[in-house]
Amino acid sequence: MNIIITISITAFLVLYAGLFKAKKALLPLTLVGLFVALGFVCASWSGNESHFGMMQTDNFALAFSGLCIAGTLLIFLLTQNYFSAKNDNKAEYYTLILFALAGMIMMVSYQNMSMLFIGVEIMSVSLYILAGIRKNDFASNEASLKYFLMGAFSTGFLLFGIALVYGATGSFDLDAIQQHLIDNKAVSPLFYPGVILMLIGLSFKIGAAPFHFWTPDVYEGSPTLITTFMSTVVKTAGFAAFLRLFSGAFAPLHDFWVAPLLIIVCLTLLVGNVTALFQKKFKRMLAYSSISHAGYMLFALVVLTKNSGGNVFIYAGAYTFASIIAFAVLILVKQKTGSDDFESYNGLARKNPLTAFTLTVAMLSLAGIPLTAGFIGKYLMFLNVMQEYQTILVAFAILNALVGFYYYFRVIVAMYFKDGQGVELNTPLQYKVVLVVSAVATIVIGIYPDVILQLI
Amino acid sequence: MELLILLFLPLAGALISLFPGKQSARYGAFAVSILSLAWTVGLLLRFTPDATTQFAVDYDWISQMGIRFHAGIDGISMLLVLLTNLLVPLIIWSSFGRNIDRPAAFYALILFMQTGLLLVFTALDAFLFYIGWEAALIPIYFICAMWGGKDRVKVNMKFFVYTIGGSLFMLLGIIYLYLQNPERNFDIQAFYSLNLDRSQQSWVFWAFFIAFAIKMPVFPFHTWQPDTYTTAPTQGTMLLSGIMLKMGIYGVIRWLLPVVPGGFQDWTPTVIVLSIIGIVYASLIAFKQKDGKRLIAYSSIGHVGLIVAGIFALNTQGLQGAMVQMLSHGINVVGLFLVTDILYNRLQTNKLDEMGGIAKVAPKFAAVALIIVLGTVALPGTNGFVGEFLLLLGVYEYSLWAAVFAGLTIIFGAVYMLRMYQKVMLGQTNAATASFADIKGSEQAVLYIICLLVIVLGVYPKPILNLTEAPVQQLLEQVNQKLSLVK
Repeated sequence: MNIIITISITAFLVLYAGLFKAKKALLPLTLVGLFVALGFVCASWSGNESHFGMMQTDNFALAFSGLCIAGTLLIFLLTQNYFSAKNDNKAEYYTLILFALAGMIMMVSYQNMSMLFIGVEIMSVSLYILAGIRKNDFASNEASLKYFLMGAFSTGFLLFGIALVYGATGSFDLDAIQQHLIDNKAVSPLFYPGVILMLIGLSFKIGAAPFHFWTPDVYEGSPTLITTFMSTVVKTAGFAAFLRLFSGAFAPLHDFWVAPLLIIVCLTLLVGNVTALFQKKFKRMLAYSSISHAGYMLFALVVLTKNSGGNVFIYAGAYTFASIIAFAVLILVKQKTGSDDFESYNGLARKNPLTAFTLTVAMLSLAGIPLTAGFIGKYLMFLNVMQEYQTILVAFAILNALVGFYYYFRVIVAMYFKDGQGVELNTPLQYKVVLVVSAVATIVIGIYPDVILQLI
Repeated sequence: MELLILLFLPLAGALISLFPGKQSARYGAFAVSILSLAWTVGLLLRFTPDATTQFAVDYDWISQMGIRFHAGIDGISMLLVLLTNLLVPLIIWSSFGRNIDRPAAFYALILFMQTGLLLVFTALDAFLFYIGWEAALIPIYFICAMWGGKDRVKVNMKFFVYTIGGSLFMLLGIIYLYLQNPERNFDIQAFYSLNLDRSQQSWVFWAFFIAFAIKMPVFPFHTWQPDTYTTAPTQGTMLLSGIMLKMGIYGVIRWLLPVVPGGFQDWTPTVIVLSIIGIVYASLIAFKQKDGKRLIAYSSIGHVGLIVAGIFALNTQGLQGAMVQMLSHGINVVGLFLVTDILYNRLQTNKLDEMGGIAKVAPKFAAVALIIVLGTVALPGTNGFVGEFLLLLGVYEYSLWAAVFAGLTIIFGAVYMLRMYQKVMLGQTNAATASFADIKGSEQAVLYIICLLVIVLGVYPKPILNLTEAPVQQLLEQVNQKLSLVK
């Protein structure tokens, strides 16, 4: 609870600071607020406190809250030199991101399905505005409209699903639903369409195929900073929400919903990887690759174990750090060359060794090469589904991972092996901090994941 | 502790050599590699050649997943550690006098790879083995793709996807074995004591064997190899053919044969036929090659085919032959690639037709090249002979006809290698070769050392055979015992 209150108060303070034109104070204020929130996460660790039956701050919730806050922190650091001088809605950016974060904290710690809905809405409404915050940019408007329409639809699915589940079980509470399913062998037929509708609604939110159509356009059209936020932190929160519901409340009916889930997983892997292969722009490639990562993360739900939460946490952490590096470099390259085609990365390594090295680490991690966090994440996912000997699914995932190597390595190839004029990027200090911190985190988790695995 | 120094000395060297200037990176890397060779020799002197694992280290690593940092050295590992740490200094030395762009990165990657290779050869935990396996692949990919020749990006992407694809299936096999293991760990002894039924063994065999077969490479998994060897920088080719190829062979001996002997036995005829097809096929193609580097690449497929056939024959001679031949092939192939590098450096071509008469103008070069070529074609008295003789003996014990066809390597090899030597060294000089400068400096030193090894190991191979005899015997006993239990 403290976490949400801190973040919300920070958001209001930032809004007022913007009103009084205190532009210099925005970033420090936000960072202080987020650090305090992180402090609360640590302070309430292992507390497993219940908040009026609406939210449960168990370790799962706290770990994902911490990850979301840390990711947001890194993204805020990327705002240096991002805004042009005359841009005067900087405070709105900050405030809306913080509001979205508050919504996400609810999504990762809800105990009652009404809180899930409220959290999703707080997050989504902020994001609709953020996607379209460049009022005069056609692509940004398009992204906002698409995101809004699709998002409204998916929320509709979600809400309808919640209503049907409530009708079948008589409760919004996760534990009560689970107990009802365990106690009653023959559950009301209303329950099944309810689960399917919720599955669809949440798949929309995390961008899993075949409900992924909004992702590429929205990611491409939105301001890059917002795309970074959407594809990392927002996605992580979406997964946590997914997991809380399906690995807890709906777990007794695993046999029923695993079949549609498997279809979603396979389609997501295939569509994400194959389409990413044909992209010419780095940003669009990252959008499709984020779809494919959603597929790998859903592996945790195919076979439910007590480690599912921890596995998704590692995967989401690995993915967040690597993606933040990729988007940070994307912002730098685009500022300098005005384009984000793969060609603009040619010969980048010669004059920017640090940037090129961190981006290489990020790409290796996304591709799942050993000694990076991404490998540990993929390994855990494969291990998870192999426990029920889903060998064919893993073999299919391996083939998809091979496709992944092609497109992730394209940017490494461009930076190191292609001769280009090799522009010298001006990398501000905060960017360097973000790049180095994320790369170090990626390698440390890759070599010694024990620290994190013991968390959940 | 001794082993940790052995494993991580190159890695430390890699980090250090990233920082200083151009020349010091070169000498720094060389010094580190010499130091690790000296350390290996020190370990070798304290090593007792019996079947036990020595210098073992065993630490908790990722306790949540049952992964331990468990490594140790027995005779077979010792041989490959020796091969690695002997060849790396030679490979680095051979690059002296060559102009290398971004040298710090180049040498750092070589040393990084050395640590990966040593991990593979000493790991006693399957997960650690896998990590080492990939840790050796990443640097060689960058070496080949960054400093390679024409088409390097495309060729190396194929190489990378091929090898990592194979190893991901191996990872699937490792996970399967882990889940079958009631103790839920990756320990090699626990894997050895698993008792899977025939069909399980069969698919685990293929999950591992494809990874190993791609690395070696065995026909029909070889298609990445000639292009990659040809476009890679010489040092990259030497690392690939001299050391990296042995990862696959070592993997078969350490992780495939004792873990799933039933699968191994069931698929022996298939693999022997594949390797013999590879021998004949590669030799015929080598015969037609006009490019020297490509010719050696194909000849390497042929030699590896014989080693694989020898191992799958599953008897003492075959396995001991494989051991000696791993060492000999590593030394000889590095020598051959250095010879082609010297030719290319002087003449700017790899085409055999554009050479000739070099023996007249560069007698020292011609003499050492002859010794290496004779070692490769397995002339008695050279190191190649000992290994190939034992391998053929092993294959003969398995089947006469297999031995007849496998023996073709020696005949074919003699034909194409000597024909290459004749085209390059003998005959009339042409405009380009008339001014061919004889070897000197580091080229000369490296080639002399290689020639010395060719002859010494050929005349007196006993220390090597002694080193591996006890573990090979133990391996065979273990396999036979386990085979009698398979359902």
